[in-house]
Amino acid sequence: MSAEAPDSLDGPVEAPSVAFRRVTKRYPGADEPALAELELEVPGGEICVFVGPSGSGKTTAMRMVNRMVEITEGDILVGSTSVRQRSPAQLRREMGYVIQQIGLFPHRTVADNIATVPRLLGWDRKRVEARVEELLELVRIDPALRDRYPAQLSGGQQQRVGVARALAANPGVMLMDEPFGAVDPSNRERLQNEFLRLQAEVRKTILFVTHDIDEAIKMGDRIAILREGGRLAQYATPAELLMAPADDFVEDFVGADRALKRLALMRVSDIDLWEAPLAHVGQATSEARAKLPEAEVPYVLVIDAERRPLGWLSDDDLLAETVPAKPGTSPDPVLELDDVMRDALSDLLQAETRYAPVVDSEGLIAGVLSVEIISEFLTSPEALTEERPAAERPLG
Amino acid sequence: MIPVIAATVKVMLPLAQLPSNFVHHHSTTTCVAENRFFCADWAAHNFDRYVDPALKQALLVSVSVAVGFTVAMGLALLSHRQPKLAPTFTGLTGVLYTVPSVAFFFLLLPITGFGTDTAVIALSAYTLQIIYRNIVAGLANVPEEAKDAGRGMGMSQRDLLWRVELPLAVPEIVAGLRVATVSTVALATLAFFAGAGGLGQQIYSDLTFKTNIIIAGGLAMLMAILFDLVLLVIQRLATPWLRAGAS
Repeated sequence: MSAEAPDSLDGPVEAPSVAFRRVTKRYPGADEPALAELELEVPGGEICVFVGPSGSGKTTAMRMVNRMVEITEGDILVGSTSVRQRSPAQLRREMGYVIQQIGLFPHRTVADNIATVPRLLGWDRKRVEARVEELLELVRIDPALRDRYPAQLSGGQQQRVGVARALAANPGVMLMDEPFGAVDPSNRERLQNEFLRLQAEVRKTILFVTHDIDEAIKMGDRIAILREGGRLAQYATPAELLMAPADDFVEDFVGADRALKRLALMRVSDIDLWEAPLAHVGQATSEARAKLPEAEVPYVLVIDAERRPLGWLSDDDLLAETVPAKPGTSPDPVLELDDVMRDALSDLLQAETRYAPVVDSEGLIAGVLSVEIISEFLTSPEALTEERPAAERPLG
Repeated sequence: MIPVIAATVKVMLPLAQLPSNFVHHHSTTTCVAENRFFCADWAAHNFDRYVDPALKQALLVSVSVAVGFTVAMGLALLSHRQPKLAPTFTGLTGVLYTVPSVAFFFLLLPITGFGTDTAVIALSAYTLQIIYRNIVAGLANVPEEAKDAGRGMGMSQRDLLWRVELPLAVPEIVAGLRVATVSTVALATLAFFAGAGGLGQQIYSDLTFKTNIIIAGGLAMLMAILFDLVLLVIQRLATPWLRAGAS
């Protein structure tokens, strides 16, 4: 996956910063402002999550960036240009827009939905076609689905088409209002991961609204926590937020399980893994048995010639002469070094297992993760002190 | 009052001018003489005389619905832009709908004269209510999120209307057209009171001869069904996404 792929038709677009300058929104007839003097800057190419309870002005803040909501006082700068100097229609065509209900046009095919903004911009047919192809690939939608209508797609597919549509004219800025809110929880995590991978490729400046602090911690390079009355409570990286909440409101909002939430900021590769006793197919079981007393993991992991995990040797397997190609216990769940630690833990718990093999991006064995490693980490002082935000490292 | 009475007399003239033996002069069969329920022989021999009135009525219906649709669309788009206008338009088209049809023809006669124009004006006025309401309802039922997404992607009001709102309102709009068209076919049989001819003229030319009533009435029903089918086909062609969604 190269960074050029999505931009090949348009040339790379520099993702601009988005700066709120004492932005206030007052609705006629309301006593309190919906947003009060918001001042913050989102650096180009980063994800800033606006999070807060309802009535905290988070959606209002986002919608002022493309002038879906007009600014009462203050200004918003995209790059160095004030949004107030731009015509709303032009401004919006330069920004991706994804909303909770996705808002695909039911009467248009997948391809036509994706082509919306390029057509508004008057691209010629060939260029639109090529762009649609590219985007379908980018968001991993089967090209065979291009002529389907939204109602024929699953929720996850609709969400990905919504993202493709927002990326169509290669905008520098993306506005996303609870983009995973309508997706069922079992798919949400996968879509979030997919989106983070995508963002690593396209590097847009993203303003992302959610009410879910866990999603904020997972998705955000920076998080703006807003409170009732549209006031900014804290603007910080997820790690800072978890380690040093600015006040009681933030601490409450982040929740008591701050150490556990740190897991959302880590990847499996961030922790020292255990080594399992390894055995090749066809090897004598006596050799495998000999490794057991010294090992951190009390089971033997069978690997193929390329060092891919095949499964764990069961007690019955150990009684045989040689290591079988189909060990008695499946290796699942197989984790990846890139997996977010919280997801890895939940995979372990879901599979009701204490150990899982971890593989690298090529699928080769890299070690074993155990519930014990994670619980040791959680009880160590490191969990709440060490500055190690995942956001600042490139994603795998 | 005087012009109305004068007009009424004029309307009755075509009836008076019909040969008094319009139906019977060709007929020698006992079926016709006894005025049985349906005389197939007579029908086969005299079917020709129904063709032109039927075509005329079909044209009258098409033109009236087209005019009604155009006006209703104009009103609906105006009230879509200016929601304040909606109650006025609903009231206005509603009042038009309540005027008894024959009275409508007579009221118009002094103004628009005797002939097809009067019939078209009256018939299209009747379609306004149903078509207008359906267009408004169709536009109102467009999912809010589709509109929000459209605006958020930089569509102008016009883009949004033509590319999103109207296409999505097609099922309701066509539903309105179907009801309006079928009822216009029925009403148009009264259009001969305004001097516009049509199957009504055949019916009223001999209200006692059963075969005549059955042929003319049957043709009107058949016409209503055909119009309805044509509109149904148009709707299906214009809304491929609805069938796709069900599969």
